[in-house]
Amino acid sequence: MVILDVKDIRKSFGQTEVLKGISLSLGKGQVLSLIGSSGSGKTTLLRCLNFLETPDAGSIAVNGEVLFDAADPATQREADIRRKRLHFGLVFQSFNLFPQYTALQNVTLAGRLLAKQEPDFSSRKKQIYRDIDDRARHLLEQMGLADRMGNYPHQLSGGQQQRVAIARALALQPDILCFDEPTSALDPELTQEVLRVIRGLAEKQTTMIIVTHEIAFARDVSTQVAFMDGGVVVEQGPPEQVIGAPVQERTRRFLESYTSS
Amino acid sequence: MELILQQMPVVLKALNVGFLQTLKLFFVTGLGAIPLGLVIAFGSMSRFKPLSWLTRLVVWVVRGTPLMIQLLIIFYFPGMVLGKNIWGSGEAGRFTASAIAFIFNYACYFSEIYRGGIQSIPAGQQEAGLVLGMTKSQIFFRVTLLQVIKRIVPPMSNEVITLVKDTALARIIALQEIIWAGQAFLKGSHGISGAIWPLFFTAVYYLVFNGIVTVALGRLEKRLDYFR
Repeated sequence: MVILDVKDIRKSFGQTEVLKGISLSLGKGQVLSLIGSSGSGKTTLLRCLNFLETPDAGSIAVNGEVLFDAADPATQREADIRRKRLHFGLVFQSFNLFPQYTALQNVTLAGRLLAKQEPDFSSRKKQIYRDIDDRARHLLEQMGLADRMGNYPHQLSGGQQQRVAIARALALQPDILCFDEPTSALDPELTQEVLRVIRGLAEKQTTMIIVTHEIAFARDVSTQVAFMDGGVVVEQGPPEQVIGAPVQERTRRFLESYTSS
Repeated sequence: MELILQQMPVVLKALNVGFLQTLKLFFVTGLGAIPLGLVIAFGSMSRFKPLSWLTRLVVWVVRGTPLMIQLLIIFYFPGMVLGKNIWGSGEAGRFTASAIAFIFNYACYFSEIYRGGIQSIPAGQQEAGLVLGMTKSQIFFRVTLLQVIKRIVPPMSNEVITLVKDTALARIIALQEIIWAGQAFLKGSHGISGAIWPLFFTAVYYLVFNGIVTVALGRLEKRLDYFR
């Protein structure tokens, strides 16, 4: 079952065309890794999916609902975008936890704010908040952070912060969880603990798109790998093919630069 | 020395009255300028260019000219144009005019501190809020604001301490604050004349009050120490 359908996304910044027509589709429970050198457009693509950038052309559909179509202004109303964003979760390279909140509060904040829009919020307030908190605790336990819930971000290691950020994204139950180079700011040891968590999510059939430079990890965890270069998807397919036996010369060169280093 | 001790009760009484006016101007200015500064900061950061230019022009003029002149203009200019004194003749009118000049002047200084504070918050904080489905105002009040406050407390402390002393400028339009009250003993007041020590003594009031302000702001800074 196709959960995400991206068609011909284009995006320019000034004179530079960063995305030159990207099309992707992703099935429920699948994991897509986006690989490619810096500046190939991977991050911009993720930002487009999360409505942090507005594509100049193309469309994005989730579960058959067209969330964005550059040709249809009715899909671009500011007021609807906030709701549409919730189909996606995003984990940033630099974590971006809220420093004044504890790990637990970071995970519950958005849920608590969203709950205020529920029609029965005022009558069920206590119950709703308790459910949100229980869920957040459960997620943090799942991330191996049971004893860190009351800590502030600056009291946590980078790996722990990133796991809080993953729990925070999962708390809103997005259809598709996106990772933007989730381990690039971490040293090798901390990288492993974050990758372990992501691998665990993959085993639980979490639909994910992962921008990563960890080629071995991408090969392990993905059902699909897309190699991007110069704003286009050069090669896409199962990891054994794209990473194991790339057809395109550009893909081969990129992968060689990794194995040789 | 004996004379000073003899004059002391009368002088202190008059200085207390003056200092009350000083404090009133200080607190009214703070109460008005702290929120108004935020409005001006948002104006100068507006993506609507004419508004941002206009705001920056106003901030430039207000910060680029002496507060003393601003006081004179606000107090006398309406009367010159309208042909009547809109502030009335009493102390209350002088206070209102002073408060307006001070609030506006300090709001402009505060706005620049706020702007620096807001712009120093990494864009990632805003983006993290957005992808979590938060509204812009939720992000500002729940995420950004406290981080901004934490960053601006030290520069704001400076401004606030300066404000305590700047209130003395209001005597240019004869607001009867503490220095005005001290100076009165030079010319003659309450049966004392030619005494300069009351004027010197006003410094003690400022010093003590600024001590209290410093401790209070230091506490605030400490309370925000729990996060980084």
